[in-house]
Amino acid sequence: MIHSLFLINHSGDIFLEKHWKSVISRSVCDYFFEAREKAVDPENVPPVLQTPHHYLISIYRGKLFFLSVIQTEVAPLFVIEFLHRVADTIQDYFGECSEGIIKDNIVTVYELLEEMLDNGFPLATESNVLKEMIRPPTILRSVVNTLTGSSNVGDTLPTGQLSNVPWRRAGVKYTNNEAYFDVIEEIDAILDKSGTTVFAEIQGVIEACVRLTGMPDLTLSFMNPRLLDDVSFHPCVRFKRWESERVLSFIPPDGNFTLMNYHVSSQNLVAIPVYVKQSISFFETGPCGRLDITIGPKQTMGKTVENMMVTIHMPKAVLNANLTATQGTYTYDLTTKVLVWDIGKLNPQKLPNLRGSLSTQVGVPKPEDNPSLNIDLKIQQLAISGLKVSRLDMYGEKYKPFKGVKYLTKAGKFQVRT
Amino acid sequence: MTDSKYFTTTKKGEIFELKAELNSDKKEKKKEAVKKVIASMTVGKDVSALFPDVVNCMQTDNLELKKLVYLYLMNYAKSQPDMAIMAVNTFVKDCEDPNPLIRALAVRTMGCIRVDKITEYLCEPLRKCLKDEDPYVRKTAAVCVAKLHDINAQLVEDQGFLDTLKDLISDSNPMVVANAVAALSEIAESHPNSNLLDLNPQTINKLLTALNECTEWGQIFILDCLANYTPRDDRESQSICERVTPRLSHANSAVVLSAVKVLMKFMEMLPKDLDYYGTLLKKLAPPLVTLLSAEPELQYVALRNINLIVQRRPEILKHEMKVFFVKYNDPIYVKLEKLDIMIRLASQANIAQVLAELKEYATEVDVDFVRKAVRAIGRCAIKVEQSAERCVSTLLDLIQTKVNYVVQEAIVVIKDIFRKYPNKYESVIATLCENLDSLDEPEARAAMIWIVGEYAERIDNADELLESFLEGFHDESTQVQLQLLTAIVKLFLKKPTETQELVQQVLSLATQDSDNPDLRDRGYIYWRLLSTDPVAAKEVVLAEKPLISEETDLIEPTLLEELICHIGTLASVYHKPPSAFVEGSRGVQHKRLPGSAGSGESVDSPDTVSAAGVSEAPPAVIPSQGDLLGDLLNLDLTPPTTSGPPPVPSSGMQMGAMDLLGGGLDSLMGDESEPPPIPLRTDTPQSPQLSHQSPSPPDYSPTELGGDLGGSPAMGAAFGAPPAVMPASFSAPVSGGLDDLFDLGGGVGMPMGAYSPPKTIWLPAMKAKGLEISGTFARRAGVIQMEMTLTNKAMSVMTDFAIQFNRNSFGLAPAGPLQVLTPLSPNQTIEVALPLSTVGPVMKMEPLSNLQVAVKNNIDVFYFSCQYPISMLFVEDGKMERQVFLATWKDIPNDNEAQFQIKDCHLNSDAASNKLQGSNVFTIAKRTVEGQDMLYQSMKLTNGIWVLAELRVQAGNPNYTISLKCRAPEVSQCVFQSYEAILKN
Repeated sequence: MIHSLFLINHSGDIFLEKHWKSVISRSVCDYFFEAREKAVDPENVPPVLQTPHHYLISIYRGKLFFLSVIQTEVAPLFVIEFLHRVADTIQDYFGECSEGIIKDNIVTVYELLEEMLDNGFPLATESNVLKEMIRPPTILRSVVNTLTGSSNVGDTLPTGQLSNVPWRRAGVKYTNNEAYFDVIEEIDAILDKSGTTVFAEIQGVIEACVRLTGMPDLTLSFMNPRLLDDVSFHPCVRFKRWESERVLSFIPPDGNFTLMNYHVSSQNLVAIPVYVKQSISFFETGPCGRLDITIGPKQTMGKTVENMMVTIHMPKAVLNANLTATQGTYTYDLTTKVLVWDIGKLNPQKLPNLRGSLSTQVGVPKPEDNPSLNIDLKIQQLAISGLKVSRLDMYGEKYKPFKGVKYLTKAGKFQVRT
Repeated sequence: MTDSKYFTTTKKGEIFELKAELNSDKKEKKKEAVKKVIASMTVGKDVSALFPDVVNCMQTDNLELKKLVYLYLMNYAKSQPDMAIMAVNTFVKDCEDPNPLIRALAVRTMGCIRVDKITEYLCEPLRKCLKDEDPYVRKTAAVCVAKLHDINAQLVEDQGFLDTLKDLISDSNPMVVANAVAALSEIAESHPNSNLLDLNPQTINKLLTALNECTEWGQIFILDCLANYTPRDDRESQSICERVTPRLSHANSAVVLSAVKVLMKFMEMLPKDLDYYGTLLKKLAPPLVTLLSAEPELQYVALRNINLIVQRRPEILKHEMKVFFVKYNDPIYVKLEKLDIMIRLASQANIAQVLAELKEYATEVDVDFVRKAVRAIGRCAIKVEQSAERCVSTLLDLIQTKVNYVVQEAIVVIKDIFRKYPNKYESVIATLCENLDSLDEPEARAAMIWIVGEYAERIDNADELLESFLEGFHDESTQVQLQLLTAIVKLFLKKPTETQELVQQVLSLATQDSDNPDLRDRGYIYWRLLSTDPVAAKEVVLAEKPLISEETDLIEPTLLEELICHIGTLASVYHKPPSAFVEGSRGVQHKRLPGSAGSGESVDSPDTVSAAGVSEAPPAVIPSQGDLLGDLLNLDLTPPTTSGPPPVPSSGMQMGAMDLLGGGLDSLMGDESEPPPIPLRTDTPQSPQLSHQSPSPPDYSPTELGGDLGGSPAMGAAFGAPPAVMPASFSAPVSGGLDDLFDLGGGVGMPMGAYSPPKTIWLPAMKAKGLEISGTFARRAGVIQMEMTLTNKAMSVMTDFAIQFNRNSFGLAPAGPLQVLTPLSPNQTIEVALPLSTVGPVMKMEPLSNLQVAVKNNIDVFYFSCQYPISMLFVEDGKMERQVFLATWKDIPNDNEAQFQIKDCHLNSDAASNKLQGSNVFTIAKRTVEGQDMLYQSMKLTNGIWVLAELRVQAGNPNYTISLKCRAPEVSQCVFQSYEAILKN
């Protein structure tokens, strides 16, 4: 099981260590630093490393490495999932997961880690259970604590801990009862030079914010549930009902949670909301090249595309870019060789265009590799897969809650090859 | 106000100040001080000096303060055991607290304090907590048993906690069940044979019920535990699968993968024609695909596992090719894995897409990735015949880019394509030759040379090309040198008239100027072949080569089966069996897939199930082998005593070989120098071994003198092809006619048998009235022999010889009378071999291997004592089963371990292992850690004593370290001496 955890910052300092069994010297991290060095980019450090006596499993989140030390055969996915959960919890408690915030709350973080794992076995990882045991800091509470000498550690056993619905605490009360659901879809796609789709799929997620009194039992149904290829649910969802009736039936946790992740795969036709006409070429003669990009809407179901942005990682030889954009602004970072074109709202009448010349290093052969374009976009009030919630019913409680559903489509890993 | 204030230090000295604050009367100040202490502790500062002051704060009703003190205690109790005792009372009191949170906290913390004195006090509270009315306390206590077991296993067993833990599997609360399972699994790891998790249909049912209700982490523990169960029949198997399937929709990817493991395993038992089987296959694909949209670290682990799943059941993901397409911003480790899987999934249906993608990747920035992509194109060509043409033209396009590493990689794969489709694409050779100068990597150079040699008749200037390589012969790597040698010999056989000079040159370079025994031996063999019988040489060297097989670098089936049972674990990430790398490899058991119940008969025990399984091969012998090549080498080197197949055919060939190698060399040598030494020295067992060592880099094959070129995974696969020319004398797969030459090379080495020391004089003539006895001990064909030379140095004839032994340590006794039939006349010498038995009377001698002998003749009775090497007592069936070895090794107390150094031994680990094997010291496993080879060996003495050994061989270091473990530690010294003697002779 998980033996120890080290938190390591961007520059390679260990700023927190926690051992759940015997203490392991932090020199074990040297193997990791070696791999870190070799990988050049922090993103490329292999997540599982073998050392003579231990295994090091790490994740990279928010410019921090969460490095766990393992001594016996353990499922690496279990460890990785847990590490992400640690990062999530820190984010949830303090609003962000960074070295600064962890140092500012080091004792709370330490208490949390102790609560989350016992002898390497996960103990309590549900955010609302944790929050009852160790209350998240608020300005008000820290003032009160200082005045009264009370602590932010709960001294009763959390109610949810052992009930059949461990994710929900008992005795929840609200004056305004509300349940909101956000259907968010990300398009992962690769388009080739000519604009044909090489690969496209949709990763969807339903985020919920439920503030309801008592023990409500909700049922969410869709207009077209057959769309969903693969789903993974929050533990609260009754799988049997989904299997037989294709509805989501559940007693919700209190507050924010992810109700369901789904996946609409390449077998279904995935609508691509924009098209990109581009040409990037470098001349054999002379140290320069040309760039010309035009973007237009394609299948947007009548909605506007917003927050358009194009990012291009230029070949190393490109020294500078001298371009004009008909809409939005562009920046070229000379050191990282990243060209960013921030377009904003896409106007179907007047298509945005970016064109101009690229100057390359003199005396160097023209770049071999073609840069890829990464596209960012957002479409409000549309789930690009066509998924629609038809109704939400509540049982078990008498009051009438306020209900709402929002849709949003974003670009995930959306890239256009040149 | 944040905690970062705790990091600020004052001038006075931090510890001093903290001490004052900890002893303050104000609660609030105390708490702040403890927080400061904890903060220092988390960043690795040593604050153990504050121990008594912090422990004093423990008696408090403030829960936060209590928790903080506990955190401190866990870290430092070990360093201050006496002080830690002070805390015991508070713990015991807290275990009685009405608040379950405090009870659980106390028992939990006590378990984390790894101090023996404290654990003694832990037993009673723990027993109570295991039966506590509150499930939260019970579940915490279950984990505490595992902690305690880690500290003091004996105590846990004596106190009966294991049984209580087993009872908790039937607990009403699912969380308690999950934790009990987790704790038991962890304990079971250190007790391989304890059968702690006794899985029967009832417990399985309980686990499945708990599975639906416990937390995600609990589900992982339960699923992993379920995977160890072997269902009785296909019906049970199906019902378990049905109840596990919903877990595939869990948000936690570890749960999903553990569920996949259970399903993959139990699916084996379902009849293929069952509808449910098909449904299950369909259900497995989407969750696997979804894993790939998770964080990159999760993706990586998922991909490594998918790689296994695809090899075992390609049908699951055959339509999902596109999800493995590489994205621009994937981390490199994900990219490489995706590429691997793309090739595995490539088929006629999707090859066009795959090729287009691969071509795209070949222009990316990352060099490793580009190389792999180019190589992948070649593998596609070999795998999907219809695409070969397109692949070749793609490769040619890539060669036109003139990007150096792309060109080199392309040439290496084109060579493989030639081997798969001979006489089809040779038109491209001209293009390849244009790039000759830009090749600087050995593999690419070797590939190019192979091509030139193989197609020498179609390349007009082949001799010039090869000659140009010859100039820097000594600077080339071995791989290139060997290829060059072979290529020039081929060229000579094809165009004998123009190239005589060239071949002379290369042969003399290889045989006279090279230190590499491989190269030298190969050179000699060619030389003799050419000089004795050019026609035969042609047949051998230009023999038709078997086609290389389609599917490349597949994991060996037995290993794959084992790995499938380990889906989701580290083993699955490394694609190695857990025994090969898990620290201490305690309690690692080989897992096997259950057999299919397709025949309808119900299967009773796990044993018969695995026997009915797909593969009947025994578990891999050497853990690191993992590939067919390893298998082959292993078989080649095993002496006939253990390998089984009769050496009859090989001995016949041996004669032929002697003949072949014996003469006729001089004619080719001309009269310039004396004849070179005979390459295969039948008297020294080393030479055949050396020639076999070189294949240890697994991708290189000297096995095919006929001109095969190793170097790529595809080639490795060629070994799997059935023998093409000669009937193989061993069951090992051989690939070409010439392999037999090498087989027989092994054959020459085989008679070496057990090590036997040179004869020494036991009884000088002076002391025995003219009778001189010198002798030695040997073990021949399982019989211990005392081999003596009797010399009569007296003036009269000696007759009536008889021999008797005193009682000795191992009960050695003559098995028959001393056979000296004719009288021994003066100055005559006679050799006698006396077979010995080990059933004589036993008495412990000092030294252990001392033997007192009495020899009688017509003159007198003479006494002498001698020492025998203990190695001759090693019996032939001294090979322990791996699991047994592990268990035994662990079982023998550490006090019985003896460590020795063997100095100045210059063998590598394989050669050492072979040498030892000749003397019935069997290598059971080998692993390599940081360049250090560890050999695990066993031997059994005639009286049934087992000796286990761990031999560490560091490359480049002539000193070996050997650890011996034996229930009778007295023998260790003797065994060590034998080791030394065997290895140095």
